[in-house]
Amino acid sequence: MSKILDSKVPEGALAEKWSKHKFNVKLVNPANKRKYDIIVVGTGLAGASAAASLGELGYNVKAFCFQDSARRAHSIAAQGGINAAKNYPNDGDSVFRLFYDTIKGGDYRSREANVYRLAEVSNNIIDQCVAQGVPFARDYGGLLDNRSFGGAQVSRTFYARGQTGQQLLLGAYSALTRQVANGKVKLYDRTEMLDLVLVDGKARGIVTRNLITGKIESHSAHAVVLATGGYGNVFFLSTNAMGSNATAAWRAHKKGAFFANPSFTQIHPTCIPVSGDHQSKLTLMSESLRNDGRVWVPKKAIKGLSAKDAVSLPEEDRDYFLERKYPSFGNLVPRDVASRNAKMMCDEGRGVGSTGLAVFLDFADAIKRSGKDVITAKYGNLFDMYQQITGDNPYEVPMMIYPAVHYTMGGLWVDYNLMTTVPGLYAAGECNFSDHGANRLGASALMQGLADGYFVLPYTIGDYLANMPNEKVSTDHEAFQTAEKEVKERINKLLSVNGNKTVDEFHKELGKIMWDYCGMSRNEEGLKKAKKMISEIRKEFWENVNVIGDNHEMNQSLEKANRVADFLELGEVMVDDALQRSESCGGHFREESQTPEGEALRIDDMFSFVAAFEYAGDNQPEKLHKEDLVFDNVKLTQRSYK
Amino acid sequence: MNLTLKIWRQKNQQDKGGFKDYKISDISPDMSFLEMIDVLNEDLVKKGEDPVHFDHDCREGICGMCSMVINGRPHGPKQAITTCQLHMRSFSDGDTITIEPWRAKAFPVIKDLVVDRTPFERIMQAGGYVSINTGGVPDANAIPIPKNMAEDAMDAAACIGCGACVASCKNASAMLFVSAKVSQLALLPQGMIERKSRVEKMLMQMDAEGFGACTNTGACSAECPKEISLTHIARLNREYYSAKVYSENV
Ligand SMILES: Cc1cc2nc3c(=O)[nH]c(=O)nc-3n(C[C@H](O)[C@H](O)[C@H](O)COP(=O)(O)OP(=O)(O)OC[C@H]3O[C@@H](n4cnc5c(N)ncnc54)[C@H](O)[C@@H]3O)c2cc1C
Ligand code: SF4
Ligand code: FES
Repeated sequence: MSKILDSKVPEGALAEKWSKHKFNVKLVNPANKRKYDIIVVGTGLAGASAAASLGELGYNVKAFCFQDSARRAHSIAAQGGINAAKNYPNDGDSVFRLFYDTIKGGDYRSREANVYRLAEVSNNIIDQCVAQGVPFARDYGGLLDNRSFGGAQVSRTFYARGQTGQQLLLGAYSALTRQVANGKVKLYDRTEMLDLVLVDGKARGIVTRNLITGKIESHSAHAVVLATGGYGNVFFLSTNAMGSNATAAWRAHKKGAFFANPSFTQIHPTCIPVSGDHQSKLTLMSESLRNDGRVWVPKKAIKGLSAKDAVSLPEEDRDYFLERKYPSFGNLVPRDVASRNAKMMCDEGRGVGSTGLAVFLDFADAIKRSGKDVITAKYGNLFDMYQQITGDNPYEVPMMIYPAVHYTMGGLWVDYNLMTTVPGLYAAGECNFSDHGANRLGASALMQGLADGYFVLPYTIGDYLANMPNEKVSTDHEAFQTAEKEVKERINKLLSVNGNKTVDEFHKELGKIMWDYCGMSRNEEGLKKAKKMISEIRKEFWENVNVIGDNHEMNQSLEKANRVADFLELGEVMVDDALQRSESCGGHFREESQTPEGEALRIDDMFSFVAAFEYAGDNQPEKLHKEDLVFDNVKLTQRSYK
Repeated sequence: MNLTLKIWRQKNQQDKGGFKDYKISDISPDMSFLEMIDVLNEDLVKKGEDPVHFDHDCREGICGMCSMVINGRPHGPKQAITTCQLHMRSFSDGDTITIEPWRAKAFPVIKDLVVDRTPFERIMQAGGYVSINTGGVPDANAIPIPKNMAEDAMDAAACIGCGACVASCKNASAMLFVSAKVSQLALLPQGMIERKSRVEKMLMQMDAEGFGACTNTGACSAECPKEISLTHIARLNREYYSAKVYSENV
């Protein structure tokens, strides 16, 4: 194991590690808690739950988000549900099974101890949310309803209609709000973190920009938590919100936090296809649609085949390619397999619609079999949404779908305590790399965000603070002054280029390169090409970008420019990571590493590690560190869905 | 499509602001309304002009960030959707479209179409929660809740906090927004304990923020993208009067 990358996994049997650790951590005396300040950046599931719980314990918390309200973090958009090992349906679920499924689903590229803890606290999450008044779906007896999600063999997913993320976030937000009312949390909305401040090698604060006034400010604390979400918007088009970005994590990376498995991206198979150059984001259609919809393309390429014309295409001319290739799982193969196969069909020229970048998801048989009413009851909302966006009626013509970037498993490297390689800097939720390995299972991101915030950080941060004097660092300290100066200089630089290209133009160029060469399938040649192209775009960005306005007012062009500048750097590290990992695993498909049948081939003896990148200075290659993954409790198997 | 846009431009809170006309061409009916504004903004930046500022994030109707009054209607001409869910196929070639921010005393304009909705935050802080800490709560299935109650609570909880109800109300009342939270928590056993103080405190805060009184015109519910029903206001009123009888706060 690498010397620097100490995962701090406690000794002992898997199932006892967390209880033992909770007992062994040092506690901060209740009367002393108010002497410690904690900064939490991000108010999604991870950030809001952490800030609320830390405030309840008595710490002084400052919470930050760039939206106008904490309630609008992108967690709000999650639809499907949240997993927990309650085993309410009595169908054989257990903590160990949830752990096992998550490790296996992540294709054996995550840490056993973290994943086990996640499964262990999953049940507390559901209790907590219900107590907050989250209106989960119930059955006629008044008990909580569960469904099976993303191909799981047990029904362990709790949901609140198609708005689970919204309801869970509003629950966490209400807890946060209560602490704001109690004076234990101070909330800074429309405020963006632009740098991390280290004093004596420890995270001691952040520099922010007030998005209304442009004011650059410093905030000091004893510990900093980043819960700033995923970086899928590197690809320009993704299912993330427009503002989702990597800036906080990236600036922390440049201050010493290692970035782990940056190339591990999840591409979701059922999204509404791109309709033209104007496209600004992609909309996810729930995975549950694949329970009844059949995926197909024509057997022989038909240029520009529309959904309307598809209805009359005879059965014998259709290729239900997932059913054909994976007879036992059919349309329910995992996300990466479904996505890759859709891409393959389009690469063969058999894609449909005006762009040729789509496949059909057809409900005609399901409607014939179960009746329109049953389908409406199950998917009515989704069908309406689809019609609203595309103008097509999915009751009459097949839907068109195409894969889209959805989630980033990679993120800041953290140890068992969720601490990054910078002492006092923690990362929670999608912005860390911790629990999903090379592929995330459906309904487990919500679980992880809330596990980190409600049940892990409140213990582990206490342990760190208990070992630390409570003296405060003044924001007049030179470390803050230097960081503020750097932030201001960068902003001035962005505003003074006065070039000919808009920020979006650069972002779209980057996105296209990432999608073409570092997307659903990757090869060495393409990745090398991508690396060169990205560094050229980055150079051009700083010479030719046009950012309008000034810093002393609300300036949305400047906000975007700051974020895209960071995406341009992160993109290159994603490519580096994809290059070094010449195996296929989880959502990462390396063309050089496949079985004779064209399926992903994982190479355990070479790649059972977490790749953690260390920033080594501007325009210097990043340094790769490896944390070896050891599996004592599960046997490694190759996935097969044939 | 070729369109004329009349857009409210206002540099900051102090500025008086006014409409400015923009011509825009080659708009595809498949674009979303906000993508149409993106196209305009790209043009403006190219010309060295300040782009139109507007709030948006998820662009799928759930975060509650987007907030435009389009041709006099909050979130535009179609029922039950947000601004970001509106598509250009709802308009015709040659149309003139007027675009304004939410208008309400309690929601001052920050810039162009961006308004300050933090009064909603303070209303929530006044009581929009159940007072429990993390941990030490009963098992999730310890208290069964009838399915129809859970469904009604979910209907109320669907509110996205966008503020269209305020923008559509001639009194600029926030009653629908407040009632959605009061109703959700009044329907669930978990919210019972604080139901009386909650409704009083939240309404007091609503008044303090400068929102108007509710005179039951129903415009809020008609324009609400989540179709939050007026029955929640009725429930709030019942909660309020029964709270008043034993009031501990007022
Ligand atoms: C459309 C969609 C559907 C999904 N469905 C599911 C599902 O059904 N089940 C599931 O388990 N998962 C789902 N996911 C994944 C899951 O929703 C996310 O991974 C998870 O919600 C992320 O939560 P988070 O708290 O880490 O980050 P977020 O909720 O993204 O919050 C990030 C926070 O950080 C703040 N922030 C970011 N940068 C800065 C900065 N520089 N300064 C200040 N603040 C900053 C933001 O303002 C925000 O408050 C879905 C994701 C998407 C996109
Ligand atoms: S009640 Fe409706 S209109 Fe008002 S804030 Fe909630 S969702 Fe928006
Ligand atoms: S942008 Fe989120 S609701 Fe419109």
